[in-house]
Amino acid sequence: MIRLVRRDRASRRMAVAAPLLALFAAILSNLILFVAMGKDPGAVFYALLLEPFMTWSGFSEVLLKTAPLLLIAQGLAIGFRAKVFNIGAEGQFILGAIFASAIPVYFPQATGGWIWPAMLVMGAIGGALWAVVPAFWRVRLNANEILVTLMMSLIAVQLLNYLLLGPWKDPMGFNFPQSVMFQYDAMIPILFPGTRVNVSLLLAFLAALLAWIYMQRSFGCYQFLVGGLAPKAATYAGFSQSRAIWLSLLIGGFAAGLAGAAEVAGPIGQLQRSISTGYGYAAIIVAYLGGLHPLGIVASSFLMAALYIGGDNAMVSADLPVAAVRVFQGSLLVFYLAAITFVRFRLVRTGGAPA
Amino acid sequence: MPAPLLSLRKMTKTYGQTVANSAIDLDVAAGSIHAILGENGAGKSTLMKLIYGVERPDEGEMHWNGEPVHLTSPAEARRLGIGMVFQHFSLFETLTVVENISLIVPGSKVDLAARIRALGQDFGLVVDPFAHVHALSVGERQRVEIIRCLLTEPRLLILDEPTSVLPPQAVGLLFETLRRLRDGGVSILFISHKLDEIRALCDRATILRGGRVTGDVDPRDHDSHDLARMMIGRDMPAPLHLAPMPKGEMRLELTALDHQPDDPFGVTLAGVSLRLHAGEILGIAGISGNGQAEMSRLISGETLLPASRRDEIRMMDKPVGHLGPAARRALGLAFVPEERLGRGAVPDMTLADNSLLTAHPLGLLKRGLIDRQAEARFTAACIADFDVRTSGPEAEAGSLSGGNLQKFIMGREISLNPRLLFVAQPTWGVDIGAATAIRHRLVKMRNAGVAVLVISEELEELFEICDRIQVLHKGSLSPSLDPRSTRPEEIGRWMIGSASVVA
Repeated sequence: MIRLVRRDRASRRMAVAAPLLALFAAILSNLILFVAMGKDPGAVFYALLLEPFMTWSGFSEVLLKTAPLLLIAQGLAIGFRAKVFNIGAEGQFILGAIFASAIPVYFPQATGGWIWPAMLVMGAIGGALWAVVPAFWRVRLNANEILVTLMMSLIAVQLLNYLLLGPWKDPMGFNFPQSVMFQYDAMIPILFPGTRVNVSLLLAFLAALLAWIYMQRSFGCYQFLVGGLAPKAATYAGFSQSRAIWLSLLIGGFAAGLAGAAEVAGPIGQLQRSISTGYGYAAIIVAYLGGLHPLGIVASSFLMAALYIGGDNAMVSADLPVAAVRVFQGSLLVFYLAAITFVRFRLVRTGGAPA
Repeated sequence: MPAPLLSLRKMTKTYGQTVANSAIDLDVAAGSIHAILGENGAGKSTLMKLIYGVERPDEGEMHWNGEPVHLTSPAEARRLGIGMVFQHFSLFETLTVVENISLIVPGSKVDLAARIRALGQDFGLVVDPFAHVHALSVGERQRVEIIRCLLTEPRLLILDEPTSVLPPQAVGLLFETLRRLRDGGVSILFISHKLDEIRALCDRATILRGGRVTGDVDPRDHDSHDLARMMIGRDMPAPLHLAPMPKGEMRLELTALDHQPDDPFGVTLAGVSLRLHAGEILGIAGISGNGQAEMSRLISGETLLPASRRDEIRMMDKPVGHLGPAARRALGLAFVPEERLGRGAVPDMTLADNSLLTAHPLGLLKRGLIDRQAEARFTAACIADFDVRTSGPEAEAGSLSGGNLQKFIMGREISLNPRLLFVAQPTWGVDIGAATAIRHRLVKMRNAGVAVLVISEELEELFEICDRIQVLHKGSLSPSLDPRSTRPEEIGRWMIGSASVVA
């Protein structure tokens, strides 16, 4: 018989190995799935995992997708460490996009270098405001933030629909549910000429750096961590739980809103229905896959971005359904959650006759 | 001599690096009360787990009635006739006595109730089979546990520190029951670290120290000194002498404090009043579960009073009832809670990070950022000063033994140089040597002019170090008693409520 035995201390080596193990298990099991679906595993494997890295244009698209995932996941991870589960980054992302779009929608003729930075600020504020509601109810009524943030995301989608079908619809847009195309100054400067990668990637890396310093050295972050690991000890030491909840949700909303703004002011260039391809949800997987560690999240957001691009490729070249990518993402998280058990536990073979 | 009922040879059990039991030999004769004596961490609990089939030995043999046996589960041990009463009861509070028992013992409730009454008659275990468990005293609950074991007709009954939860009067009743059981042919393994009890009750004592047998004696032939030396490997600590101190300023004052806890199973506090001055130790005696937890949360600030009632708790002459733990600590309060893991310390964090929990105002922060060097220095000093046995500041708190973690938390809180030090159960699970060191430290704090409040279940401890004692019973606090002129029995009467006769 095999039993789980608690380790004397958490294993660092295993903490690094767990996401790799999970990735390996996810690749293996999904390839089996693809074979069962009658697809050519070699083609799928190539399209999904290798093709994104084969060309500079493909790779630049990976970098483009890395930015929002990295930004959102860093924000979420801070709260997750305090066991504040903000599942509504998707809604905060949409609100960020809406807030940012207000400037070019209402001032389509405006020019000047201030516009895109102002849009980013607006977006961050919008995302944070959307997180005020769950924070308020959690602190006031102890309403579960998982449910409230999730519901707020659904409201955000409907709000976006309303704006695009009503007041913000482009009058010259042949009745398509989308806003006007943004003017030049409402677009974030491109980082690498010839690609769509813009300055928001630098912002995301800056956020990762700040998060890393925050986690390593900040007493505030320490208080969050205590609140997450041992709530009674936090109360004992006099750390305010409501402050941790407020800050967790606001930081998460701020980062997601910023990412939403960067998306409309970046690759999309207008407000439309499909501004997010589930970044807010994928970032949850990214945060956990990165071990809730700022450096780990840099790696996991890059991986997840590559999977997005690879998934698109596989749909085209290997005839994979859209859902297959989601299945891959989901199985990655499930395998990771299983693998991290071994950070604190190890397997021991028991049984046989006692000597 | 007939073959012993239970015989162990060279029983060895290791957990990782720790050798919990090393080549233990033990013979329990039929019809005897056999003590297993040892400090916390000496390996008593591990040995009992081996005997009861909870754990399997790495090496060694076990013989039952002369036959070799290999136990793989408690169920198997029970089939052989081994019963065990654990230190922490496993009864459902909302069920009646007979319902609790019928969960384990087959038979109709009417039948069982009759058998419970009969056993009660025979062995002095009087308890109403149809009473709800939540309405029973701790002594009565223990009787239910013992009855439940006896209904399976064991040949050997293991009792793990049965007296630690009982008031002095109830201990006598328990001993009477155990003697009757022995005379009825049941052998008893009695685990304890209380020397007087073992000398009063047991026919044989096996003494453990550091996982090894250090003595196998008739306890009646040895005085407490001898037994203690075998148990701790040196002489018993000398009692402390409290030099009288001039009465200092008021540091803590509770005035007619009432409190209805949110927890429906919590204890309601009614009219709790106490005054504590600088340079004295006030002890709160009483059996756990009489309002200690509620009272300590109110004093620490983990439970808040509405601002209109803030004067019911005063610290350093300021109303603090509405202030949280951080604000009270800023006034000079330090607090060691009874729960070490998860409240006094975060198990998954290193000791260094656990220093930060309450010692962060001692220069461990620089402009909101953690000063890792200062943190490590503070932690190392704490480990050295309080003799914490650990691999160093980077060890996780959860990897320390209960006693060592307690030493660390005590050390951290004392290092805060508090004006008011509040300690709940200072020596729970701590070995005698360390317990003595902790008590000395508390007295030293008192002599330095700190006001010290101690909540403890150990009467001897309170008699040793306190200037005054008050007893908590069912949420009410007795008047202040002077330990120099009060007999333990009198405290015991307050502990069970002076009106009732039997616990």
